[in-house]
Amino acid sequence: MSAKPKFAMYWAASCGGCEIAVLNIHEKILDVDANFEVVFWPVAMDAKYKDVEQMEDKSILLTLFNGGIRNEENEYIAKLLREKSQILVAFGSCACEGCVPGLANLRDSRQIVQTAFNTVSTDNPKQVYPMTSYDVPEGEIHIPKIYPTLRTLDQVVDVDYYMPGCPPESHQIAAVIDLVIQVLQGKAQLPPKGSFIGVGNSTVCDECERRRNVKAIASFVRIQDRASELDPSLCLLEQGIPCNGPATRSGCRARCPSAGAQCIGCYGPAEGVTDYGARLMSAFASVIDSNSPEEIDRILDGLVDPAGQFYRFNLAGSLLRAGRSAWAKEKV
Amino acid sequence: MSDESFEPTVIGFTCNWCSYRAADLAGTARVKYPPNIRLIRLMCSGRLDPTFVLKAFSSGADGVLITGCHPGECHYLEQNYKALRRFHLLRRTLQGLGLEPERVKLVWASAAEGVKLAHEIASFVEEIRALGPLHWGGNGSNQSSVISGQSTAHAFKEVPA
Repeated sequence: MSAKPKFAMYWAASCGGCEIAVLNIHEKILDVDANFEVVFWPVAMDAKYKDVEQMEDKSILLTLFNGGIRNEENEYIAKLLREKSQILVAFGSCACEGCVPGLANLRDSRQIVQTAFNTVSTDNPKQVYPMTSYDVPEGEIHIPKIYPTLRTLDQVVDVDYYMPGCPPESHQIAAVIDLVIQVLQGKAQLPPKGSFIGVGNSTVCDECERRRNVKAIASFVRIQDRASELDPSLCLLEQGIPCNGPATRSGCRARCPSAGAQCIGCYGPAEGVTDYGARLMSAFASVIDSNSPEEIDRILDGLVDPAGQFYRFNLAGSLLRAGRSAWAKEKV
Repeated sequence: MSDESFEPTVIGFTCNWCSYRAADLAGTARVKYPPNIRLIRLMCSGRLDPTFVLKAFSSGADGVLITGCHPGECHYLEQNYKALRRFHLLRRTLQGLGLEPERVKLVWASAAEGVKLAHEIASFVEEIRALGPLHWGGNGSNQSSVISGQSTAHAFKEVPA
């Protein structure tokens, strides 16, 4: 019936914030509706996987895929949507680099299940644990098998474009949708495959309006422990707050530092950075104001959780990809 | 657990002005050190980006030795202090990721200390041998093996949203 190009959006291991961000483009969502036929978007409309399976290959023009690949279902749909889509966008930090769900890669899947079903915060007196298959009178039912590690979308399928952010900023989403519509109308061209879209090409520090001097850090402190004493216009890192701006890709207009909070790195590695955490380690260590090993250790004690600080959004996409226990399971 | 046949792979980063010369001197003087170490020359230990160390581990190294000029003797004034700080922070991060921090070691060696460097290399190789293989990325195969060998979804059933 409609000759409009087809649009799909899917969530794998994610929180749903990316879909909220898409809806946050306000009236621009009407342009999406005017220019696209939405064929698959589990959050917004009813659709069955079998409907997608029956579509012709490459029949969906644009698919925004958010979430990491945590289990069998995520992987199956990622591969299915890759087959059915012309343009597959890794949308949001989870699909691009693993994000917070990827932090579970610090532990193996047995520990994750244990934490979810048998810790003080869980009331599970009968010790009930999920099983991947179960017999009921109607037949055998399945739930997807969890994988030892969470993987990024491009570790599973070929990805055309990356749109990082947790979630991507709405003005960036609107700009990307505008671009795609212009491409459809023949007024613009798509960027080269593999490009990051809806982002800046510098770092958050570059967009940050706080004043910067020479950095010389005598102690690191968590922001909640010094919030009232902070200079509102001075670089947070200079004040000992571990701010991830130096390694993080620009594009968010430095929202967090402008609001008084440190950058936590949701836009992922800046252009040219191989390993986000390594770049931050370099940046932080370089400005520690001491040459004595004991003093350096004392200052570093202020960084309570270095692995979490440096890899909060990027563990699955980093060079090591996982902590050792998860990694050991993955190999088996 | 250490394994009888395990030969550790160690990557050594050396500074052009001191520790690389020390390794060179060890060679000229025929001081023996184990062939397990693969030396990579940098202009300065301050050039050592922690990325290099992570790359080494993810590509199959079992240990990484970082070497540089003695404190106060850096040819670029104080870049070896930067190496020192990065080394401390890197070890803490690796520990958070479940790696033994002892797999990374920092050693100072001047251009005259060929014997000392050879000795340090030999003892580090033994320390790594005692720690056992790391097998990250399947020793040498590269990280892509992290994602291989996954079972594909079998006859997948609809899951209610």
